[in-house]
Amino acid sequence: MIQLELRPQPSATMAYATPILAVVLTMIFGGLLFALLGKDPLQAIITIFWEPIFGEHSFYYRPQLLVKGAPLVLIAVGLAVGFKAGIWNIGAEGQYIVGAICAAAMGLAFYPTESIFIFPLMVLAGAFGGLVWAMIPGVLKVKFGTNEILVSLMLVYVAEQLLASVSLGLLKNPEGFGFPGSRNLQQYASAHNTEIIANTGMHWGVVAALIAVIFSHVLFTRHRLGFAIRVTGEAPRAARFGGVNPSQIILFCLGMSGVLAGLAGMFEVAGPAGQISIDFNVGYGFTAIIVAFLGRLNPIGIVFASLLMALTYIGGDIAQSQLGLPAAAIQVFQGMLLFFLLALDLLTNYRLRISNVERKS
Amino acid sequence: MTSTLLELSNLTKVYPGVVANDAVCVSISFGEIHAILGENGAGKSTLVKMIYGLIKPDAGTMQMFGDEFAPSDPRTARAAGVGMVFQHFSLFNALTVAENIALGMETPPPMRTLTTRIREVSKSYGLPLSPDRIVGDLSAGEQQRVEIIRCLLQEPKLLIMDEPTSVLTPQEVKILFKTLRKISAEGTAILYISHKLEEIRSLCSAATILRRGKVVGTCVPKITSARDMAELMVGDKLAIPKGNTSPTGTVILSVTSLSVRSSSPFGMELKDITFEVRAGEVLGIGGVAGNGQDELLAVLSGELMCRSSMVNFKNVDVTKLGPEARRQIGILAAPEERLGHASVPGMSLTENAMLTGATREKLSNRGILNWHKTRAFAERIIKDFDVRTPGPENAARSLSGGNLQKFVIGREVLQKPEVLVVNQPTWGVDAAAAADIRQALLDLTASGSALVVISQDLDELMEISDNFAALNEGRLSTPVATQGLDVEKIGLMLGGAHSTEMANV
Repeated sequence: MIQLELRPQPSATMAYATPILAVVLTMIFGGLLFALLGKDPLQAIITIFWEPIFGEHSFYYRPQLLVKGAPLVLIAVGLAVGFKAGIWNIGAEGQYIVGAICAAAMGLAFYPTESIFIFPLMVLAGAFGGLVWAMIPGVLKVKFGTNEILVSLMLVYVAEQLLASVSLGLLKNPEGFGFPGSRNLQQYASAHNTEIIANTGMHWGVVAALIAVIFSHVLFTRHRLGFAIRVTGEAPRAARFGGVNPSQIILFCLGMSGVLAGLAGMFEVAGPAGQISIDFNVGYGFTAIIVAFLGRLNPIGIVFASLLMALTYIGGDIAQSQLGLPAAAIQVFQGMLLFFLLALDLLTNYRLRISNVERKS
Repeated sequence: MTSTLLELSNLTKVYPGVVANDAVCVSISFGEIHAILGENGAGKSTLVKMIYGLIKPDAGTMQMFGDEFAPSDPRTARAAGVGMVFQHFSLFNALTVAENIALGMETPPPMRTLTTRIREVSKSYGLPLSPDRIVGDLSAGEQQRVEIIRCLLQEPKLLIMDEPTSVLTPQEVKILFKTLRKISAEGTAILYISHKLEEIRSLCSAATILRRGKVVGTCVPKITSARDMAELMVGDKLAIPKGNTSPTGTVILSVTSLSVRSSSPFGMELKDITFEVRAGEVLGIGGVAGNGQDELLAVLSGELMCRSSMVNFKNVDVTKLGPEARRQIGILAAPEERLGHASVPGMSLTENAMLTGATREKLSNRGILNWHKTRAFAERIIKDFDVRTPGPENAARSLSGGNLQKFVIGREVLQKPEVLVVNQPTWGVDAAAAADIRQALLDLTASGSALVVISQDLDELMEISDNFAALNEGRLSTPVATQGLDVEKIGLMLGGAHSTEMANV
């Protein structure tokens, strides 16, 4: 009989080994899935994981790693702060959208004035938008004890409606021949989130992501607030006893993840996406949840996890176009990754014992 | 010997790194009440789990009625006539007494027959219990009766009781003992595990004393003094702390007409509590768990907020201060629940030292944590309080209950509190460590601190308190000097709802 036994100490080895194991298992079962769909599994796996970095067209795909990875890092780092405290912000997608709308609105308000102050103002507007959207579930939770999972998730759909509305109305490009969507910020120098080094994908969002990683790392290892967040997540009663104010933690965690998600939206709309449009959001806010867990809620782990997820996005696109894999199969593949990770996560705190019913007294 | 029911010879059980039972020999006669006495970790539980078929011995044999007895699981043990009442009950709160009992039976009879049987057994053994009541509504003592009746229905030849009195009021203990004596008079042997010496002296006819997995002695408890038994159990001389004389220091903590609702729906509302504690004084607060102990500690530590001027520290109203602010001025606390309340189970001892030590030990400077200093603080706790652990980087949950308790108490004591509130300071801690903890608490009062000790161990309270009060249904009796009190008077103070049960017997 297989039994789970609580480890006296969480296993450090397992904490590092499980993400790798999860990736391997995802490859195996994803391969099986692709085979069932009638594709060559090995070819599909190679296309997803190898092609973007070392393939023939990798000069084009490699910068995409940073472009797609940066928003994931930004959002996931913020989410991890909350997840560590047991505060489940599922609505980063909404905060991302609202951040982008606010930032674009700020930029477009100045159009066509050129000034070096416009971009920083857009950054502030993006952060503010994300903050406000995240504070709605935060304040409701603190004041009325509502469930932040539901409220933040539902606000995503509100944000999507808002996005559709401004794309068709408020922020619509007056010279856009009636097409929905705002002016393209890439063509507005003061508002454009340009590549800092050409053809590397390195834009200001990448810089912001790195700052967020360092900030979050210091917060959790060196600062009392980070400690309070961790204690809250592991043992809420002990946190209360230790003097942690739960409301403060809730507001900080949601606020922090909202700000970072809003910033991610800002850098996206001013850079790679270029404009506010109905289909502006592509699910970074949700993928970041996977990324946060894949990175073990550790800021540095999140960097690696983001790059891996960005890889599956890019590789998935290639596999779709080259091998004709359905988009849904790629999503299942990404979902598998989270599934295996969470399942294997158990091994960090428990070990498997194959034995009779005996147990230590 | 024909009167021998169960004979254990050379039972041995080895776990990695520890010999839980080392060639243990015990012989139990029909109808005797046999005590297994020992500190925490002495191997008492391992021994009875082997008899009950939960653990297989590595070596040694058991004989029951002169036949080989090697139960492979509890079911076989039960079939052979062994019943066991665990320290922690395995009952479903939402079901009735009868349903719970039916669930534990191999072939439950129809409900009507079962209810009648429960009524019969409960009547004949003096265990008042209605089969139709919901278990969740029962007191701990009543829940224990469910477990006992469940065993008795199987007509066991041997009944194992694992620390049965830890959750009972003195009155409930009396009822239990009466029942146990009756059961034994009918020929059922009882294996009684405890570390409460006075109980064993009044109840048991034989005792086997275990220390570190070995039998270190047997005795007839009725003619052996508690001190002698304790010395056998502990191995070295017990350091009995000295009580202090009535303190005359200034009032440090005063609580006036404190009424507050519990933050938990299952908690107890505190009603009109008034007391004061002077410098150098220990106020002992007795009472059965669930009568407001957790809430009282929470109100004093600042976790539970109450209306202004109800709690005063040196004549200053502190009701608006949270736990951190209270620590800063010198009010510290150590809650009962070690894992999850007093400490974070998954975090290291260093991190747990930070949990309450950050302010007073200056482990954080404007929010920046000094882990180096924190580690040193954790090491000091470990050293001063003899916490057995490889080092401060180990997780709190990897420590045994007693060791973690020493750490939790040590963490607060070393911060030199002006007021220290502790709940169950020595719960589940072995005798030697308990004596150390009590001594540390007394040393603290000697240096002028005021202590509130909430405990369910009356012997402990008698030993260290200057004044005593009892919590019952959220009300506190008027504190009285401990000198001149006896168990009878205390029983009346604890009184209330529980004493009515006596009348039903």
